[in-house]
Amino acid sequence: MSTDAAAGYSAEGGHGAVPTSGVPVAPDAPPSRRNWPLFEVFVRGKRGLNHVHVGSLRAADEQMALHNARDVYTRRNEGVSIWVVRSELITASSPAEKDPFFAPSGDKVYRHPTFYSIPDDVPHM
Amino acid sequence: MNHLPDADESAYQALAEVHDDPRWAFGTGFDDPLSGVDATVPSGVDGAELAAYCLMLGDDALVASHRLTEWVTRAPELEDEVALANVGLDLLGQARLLLARAGQADPALLRRGGTDVGETVPPEDFLAYFREQHAFRNVRLCELDNGDFARSLVRLLVFSAWRLAAFSGLTGSRDPVLAAVAAKGVKELAYHRDYAARWVVRLGDSTPVARERVERGLADVWPWVDELFRPSTVERRLAGVAVDPAGLRPEFDAVLGQVFAAAGLAAPDVPAAALVAGRSGRDGVHTEALSHLLAEMQSVARAHPGATW
Repeated sequence: MSTDAAAGYSAEGGHGAVPTSGVPVAPDAPPSRRNWPLFEVFVRGKRGLNHVHVGSLRAADEQMALHNARDVYTRRNEGVSIWVVRSELITASSPAEKDPFFAPSGDKVYRHPTFYSIPDDVPHM
Repeated sequence: MNHLPDADESAYQALAEVHDDPRWAFGTGFDDPLSGVDATVPSGVDGAELAAYCLMLGDDALVASHRLTEWVTRAPELEDEVALANVGLDLLGQARLLLARAGQADPALLRRGGTDVGETVPPEDFLAYFREQHAFRNVRLCELDNGDFARSLVRLLVFSAWRLAAFSGLTGSRDPVLAAVAAKGVKELAYHRDYAARWVVRLGDSTPVARERVERGLADVWPWVDELFRPSTVERRLAGVAVDPAGLRPEFDAVLGQVFAAAGLAAPDVPAAALVAGRSGRDGVHTEALSHLLAEMQSVARAHPGATW
């Protein structure tokens, strides 16, 4: 049945011969319905020294991410500063490589500043 | 000369602060906006008029807040749902303080049929849930149906730009309670206005569909704008305590003009909504939309008066 192939038919998927051209298909989702990019949110609390990862959210761009983070993650007066970063820009260590990454430092006590005394009024060592 | 950053900015200073409650990792640090504020009605001010003015400002916030909460579970994005709920809660907080102040300035508002209802229900709850529609003093802009997201955001922009201008003036009110409520509200409203303005710019400067929606939203909302700047008798009489809304128009126009320029929009050329025999929302004359809103908002409190949860 070489004519079928010429007209553009295919039996792919086990549904018998189905036309492959001139058939309405679902259009691409318009941009507005596609998922916005994912952002990771870091908040520095009133009592925190560092920005701490608090979660993630979706936003159309960086400015919207910052505002969404304000609304979603600082509702209870937690923060004084927010960072947002696109999740795709974060390079993470792999759980499978955990041992070669971290285990070698496990027995090297001399890397800790434990061999001299710290004055009482020095916080957060 | 002090080169130290303020307490919030300096991590070490913040760490040195005393926090009593170790359960909250981030601290709470909530303030009572009315702490230390003298709640007696200032001399020379009529309590009933002050109460009527507080009802106006409180009802605006209460009704606008209810409309915003209607977006919860149906906003286009989860993040915006939380944002709209936050704005609604801010306004509910303002409504609560203002309605409580109204009850304080004029206890007659809390009596119904000879019994003091304020005994069993908190005054602000009584005023929110047990008043009839004609006793509500909000501007009609607040009660309009939400429509789509664009229309709701246009309404929020108009409302918060107008209210922020009014509250900025109210921080100097002769009534210390109103001044304190305004001082707290100014920060909230500045954020509401910013949030709404960002969305209106984003939609206006976007796809043809978004643009058409925001233009339609503007055309729906704009007829109710003139009413915002009509001074009521009470506002005229309370000089020094109230803000004259007529004087807010230049700031409002300037802010909206800025947003319109960034969004590529223009104020629509539509006639102002008619008054009813010269009366409008501030006189208790409302649209049908408010009766549906109140029926829903008041139903639980009326079915279970005095219930707590």
